[in-house]
Amino acid sequence: MSVQATNAEGQIVRYTDRRRWLWSLSLMWPLLPVMSCVIVAKTGQPAWYWATWMIWYLAVPVIDHLLPPDASNPPPEVVPQLDADWYYRLLPMLTVPVHYITLFYCAWVIGTGDLAWYSILGLALSVGLVNGIAINTGHELGHKTTALERWCAKTVLAVVGYGHFFIEHNKGHHKDVATPDDPASSRMGENIYGFACREIPGAIRRAWASEKTRLARSGKGPWTLENEVLQPLLITVPLYVGLTVAFGWVMVPFLALQMIWGWFGVLTSANYIEHYGLLRQKRDNGRFEPCQPYHSWNSNHVMSNLILFNLQRHSDHHANPTRRYQSLRNFDDLPEYPSGYPLMFLIALFPPIFFAVMNPRVVAWADGHFDRINIRPGYRARLEARWGRHGSKAGAGT
Amino acid sequence: MAAYRRYFCPGCGYRYDEQRGDPHEGFPPGTRWEQVPDDWACPACAVREKPDFVAEAGS
Repeated sequence: MSVQATNAEGQIVRYTDRRRWLWSLSLMWPLLPVMSCVIVAKTGQPAWYWATWMIWYLAVPVIDHLLPPDASNPPPEVVPQLDADWYYRLLPMLTVPVHYITLFYCAWVIGTGDLAWYSILGLALSVGLVNGIAINTGHELGHKTTALERWCAKTVLAVVGYGHFFIEHNKGHHKDVATPDDPASSRMGENIYGFACREIPGAIRRAWASEKTRLARSGKGPWTLENEVLQPLLITVPLYVGLTVAFGWVMVPFLALQMIWGWFGVLTSANYIEHYGLLRQKRDNGRFEPCQPYHSWNSNHVMSNLILFNLQRHSDHHANPTRRYQSLRNFDDLPEYPSGYPLMFLIALFPPIFFAVMNPRVVAWADGHFDRINIRPGYRARLEARWGRHGSKAGAGT
Repeated sequence: MAAYRRYFCPGCGYRYDEQRGDPHEGFPPGTRWEQVPDDWACPACAVREKPDFVAEAGS
């Protein structure tokens, strides 16, 4: 299906989105744990409970590197039509119930089946992996301005108990991104475990403070149903209590593991890699420069972008947060990862490997100027001695 | 009483209209731009803050 528009010179511009139908992968992806349960039932092989992990951390990176990276952009003239197209708008909204189906189905399998502990572990972590990506679905929807999309965002974030993201991500992270003020922007030399201890409580604290300030302007306290941090909790708490009543105490480890991997294994991992070391400069008036495309790391790997609603086109997203996934652009000379998110998440769990991959890129991005890097406090001298010589060798975009 | 003015976000196009205010943000209709705090960020994109907003011509 192609769209066409007229450009400023009066010429017709035609565009065919080759990925149009493939975007439905984002919709299908959360069903993987359900499919693995069905395969276990057919084959009797409990190893399949780990299939989602194998696909995400191993198969997707392989496919990412087999397919040529896609750096193409839709012509600006057709973007209004792409944005108005209901097919693209519907996909993230239809993904919302899919995350719930997966949670309910896997809860039923664990609650009624006789699973060994390693099978419960594998299935719970698999649901955590796909429902961590519910935060990505909620992310895409939460940036939109229609009431329906925003309501869908809160609903899907509730599945993994991360409703406060709706507030903190938009009003906190986007405002302070790539500055030391943002708990969701990682600093050079900070490993993911230390980062998680700053990011997870920081997000909750800042979301609450933000809503408290907003409601106080209307003379209201925070304990009201208008508090958009509390609203998603009104779904999460009855949901988790209901599942525990229905399927017993085995739901406690199941839901806890699901949340741990959704929060840490997906969201913290994404936040950790997305702006690692990048820093906006402070201007003379005391304010940080506005977020520019070079303040986010990017990847044009095809498979992972299809699963993640183009989230890896992160620079355009931060410069223009209300832009829809199908229209996000690549720019020249952006900071780039060597791989898509799935492999970068895996690498991030092993700090020495992550530092070896990313620190030279950060130093090259800053052209060797350590004062331009968002750096772990007190570690500058040590990091400069270790990585400083990489400054002029590698290019930021390589 | 001075006429109501409008200010728009240069990043995403969100418009603050003094006449309508933005009740969800805690600014009831009629809230003047001067009463909006300086550190208030655009509620649609959060990439721009009050000092970045541009007064709409003719408003």
